[in-house]
Amino acid sequence: MNLTAKHPSDAAPASDVPEPTLSVQNLSVSVETQTGPLPLIKNINFTLARGETLALAGESGSGKSITSLAIMGLLPPPAVRVSGGSIMLGHETLTTLPEADLRALRGNRVAMIFQEPMTSLNPIMTIGTQLIEAIRAHAPLSRAAARSEALAALRAVRMSEPDRRMHQFPHELSGGMRQRVMIAMALALKPDVLIADEPTTALDVTVQREVLELLRDLQKAQGTAILLITHDMGVVAEMADRVVIMRQGQIEETGTVHQIFAAPQQTYTRDLLAAVPRMGQGGVPISRKEAPVIADLRDVQVRYDIRGGVLNRVTHRVHAVESVSFDIRTGETFSLVGESGCGKSTIARAIVGLVPHEGAIDIAGQRVGTMTAQTRRRLSAVTQIVFQDPMAALDPRMTVGEQIAEPLLIHGEHDAASRRAQAAALMDKVGLTEAQLDNYPHEFSGGQRQRICIARALSLTPKLIVADESVSALDVSVQARVLDLLRALKDEFGIAMLFISHDMAVVENISDRVAVMHLGQIVEIGSRGQVFGNPQHPYTRRLMAAVPVPDPSFERMVENRISDDVPTPLHPIGHNVIRHQMLQVSDGHFVAETD
Amino acid sequence: MSDTTMKSIARRPDSAWVRLRRRKMALVGMALVILIFGASILAPWIAPYDPFEQHFDGLTLFGEPLPPGGEYLLGTDLLGRDLFSRLLYGARTSLIIGVVANGIALIIGTVVGLTAGFFQGWIGAVLMRFTDLMMAFPALLLAICLAAVFQPSLWIVAFVIAMVNWVQTARVIYTETTALTARDFIAAERTLGASTARILFKHILPHLVPTIIVWGTLGISTTVLLEATLSYLGVGVQPPTPSWGNIIFENQTYFQAAPWLVFFPGAAIVVLALAFNLVGDALRDVLDPTLRGSD
Repeated sequence: MNLTAKHPSDAAPASDVPEPTLSVQNLSVSVETQTGPLPLIKNINFTLARGETLALAGESGSGKSITSLAIMGLLPPPAVRVSGGSIMLGHETLTTLPEADLRALRGNRVAMIFQEPMTSLNPIMTIGTQLIEAIRAHAPLSRAAARSEALAALRAVRMSEPDRRMHQFPHELSGGMRQRVMIAMALALKPDVLIADEPTTALDVTVQREVLELLRDLQKAQGTAILLITHDMGVVAEMADRVVIMRQGQIEETGTVHQIFAAPQQTYTRDLLAAVPRMGQGGVPISRKEAPVIADLRDVQVRYDIRGGVLNRVTHRVHAVESVSFDIRTGETFSLVGESGCGKSTIARAIVGLVPHEGAIDIAGQRVGTMTAQTRRRLSAVTQIVFQDPMAALDPRMTVGEQIAEPLLIHGEHDAASRRAQAAALMDKVGLTEAQLDNYPHEFSGGQRQRICIARALSLTPKLIVADESVSALDVSVQARVLDLLRALKDEFGIAMLFISHDMAVVENISDRVAVMHLGQIVEIGSRGQVFGNPQHPYTRRLMAAVPVPDPSFERMVENRISDDVPTPLHPIGHNVIRHQMLQVSDGHFVAETD
Repeated sequence: MSDTTMKSIARRPDSAWVRLRRRKMALVGMALVILIFGASILAPWIAPYDPFEQHFDGLTLFGEPLPPGGEYLLGTDLLGRDLFSRLLYGARTSLIIGVVANGIALIIGTVVGLTAGFFQGWIGAVLMRFTDLMMAFPALLLAICLAAVFQPSLWIVAFVIAMVNWVQTARVIYTETTALTARDFIAAERTLGASTARILFKHILPHLVPTIIVWGTLGISTTVLLEATLSYLGVGVQPPTPSWGNIIFENQTYFQAAPWLVFFPGAAIVVLALAFNLVGDALRDVLDPTLRGSD
């Protein structure tokens, strides 16, 4: 750590009794609507001391992000504003400070990092320019001095080849590296308080691990107070000293991390913790010996052409899926797990005929292949997909009743009354009411919308349902209920499910068999007990070790893995990808050979 | 919001027509549209004078046109013809251009943009390269060429204007369709086995309505003025047949001496575009279910 202290006072050691760096007292924020002010957060109180990490945890709509924006003075004007209470930073009252003074404070004494680093970085400026500008905006440094500060900051966040990174653009870096640039930018000015708003939510689990460790190390070195905003109780358990649980704009419970996890006082906190999927909690898997095979994939490949050069010829190919084979039996839940870009969603789309593939995919005896209107209709009767984002998967200009009944119409049910009756029955199955058939998608909550998508997928009574990250966008309590629903419906209709997720804990909860994917290939496949109980492949082990554990007393083994250059499935044309040889570990448990 | 909370009790929504009638500005717009249409149809009965007649007392002793007021309601033009009567008859021409020509342009643009955007591939490439070609070609020059080939008549002029004006619409619709086609709910429709026609007409076209309405209302004033330009160049509607556009162009050089000759036809074009704009805006909101209940 080699950053020059900008405020001499910062270098002074903290006194024995930590004085709150940031204190929020009776803060209320409301939004102006046509029917008068509507409170978003009501009378919240908390303090944050130097060197401390306070987690603001809660589900979507709980007001945690509004709180952070209020501290930064970035509430969207003019409708949303602080309607009561105060925010103190040291001895200054932020709530009454004029905008010009606030601007000087932002970045300098309070810095913020956001969920999606790509949108927070300027895509047409190099990393170096952006860092230098941020530093010079707050400190009267020469360009050269600012540059060396920027380099030091990049080194502090453990970026490999910092000199080269200075000249790169944001799109040339991976998600984890971009988030490190954001952290470097935030910490270059040695702020008193760092607000991290869902800093790792958009990152893969192994990258999340590195970013969290980095934040912790930097905090130790600089004594920054961190206000961590997250919905992930695992991240809370690993990072926080104290926790504030928020719900519907109010503080539900405050306590040290050990108190909250060991002895939660409020029912809501208990429910929230109970809903968090944990590793090692799955039920009894079904025996798969007798059930007939419903989906059979043999040597499936999906490649995307990348064109380039003067003649616009194919120069590179993305080997999204490279020789994948597995089968799914009736009544079984088969999970594909892996990090972003591993090809799991591409397989899902290939199975339902949305992307062309090579190799053989057979669903209930039907070959997925060249799609004519007729074969597509037949395929749609046996397999259906539930997408990640239900809002995007529903037509916003059509009532949900029409959308649930539409597959029936497409498949030749011409009696409108009968369609409506079937749609009503499906609504009932997924826990909604017939009365809601005439509503539009935007009139439902996220979890309800996903139920509607499930109802639509069930309307043709398919044999296989592909759930592509279907619960990833939902709050944990909602996620738990949707998972229960999926499980119940699967048993009731006797269908098979292909469950695709990046979340190891969810996968362990729901699946009978699991395949771990990495760079387009399966590296390990077996029953849930085999893969999670006896992981063989190093990648599987790394994935499992990286999952945040929702238990503050959990001792994590220290491992240092810093690799900035992520391997990609992008290869020049003619390149032969080495295909893994699968070795049998035990009955039904295969692992890719490693060298 | 709890996941299983019942939302509001289901209600049979009011029909689009009922909701449209509830909007004051929409009613104003509709009234204006009806007024303009009515005036153009009833022109022979309500026009005080023959639009072609050059009145002897329509000019001052020095041969200047008469200002508004007096015997001639909106004044007279350079040849001593009654401006009000000419505007009434001119409404017919301008409406045919602004509504029919513009409507044809809109339909062609939507069909081309939708087809190219949805199917992509070689169909899309051919259609869009052709659109680009049309865009690169000066519209006025093209119109003059087309008008020179065919004998100028009102319908030919309308056709020529439609041929020139569909290009922008096609480009915009193409971009929007491309974006829509990539959305998950279209992928969901495909996996449900929906036919191409169903996806196009039930799921993509309704989302394009706002754009089509905006381009339609913008197109009214541009087409009316394009017709005027063509008339001015002698390839549009032939004098002495009046149109709002050619009244402006005939008289623009005398703007300082007789401003009413430009002001009134200009105002008529603005009112026409405004009226359609008001109706279009209201229609767009009424047809958007996400705004339901906000009026």
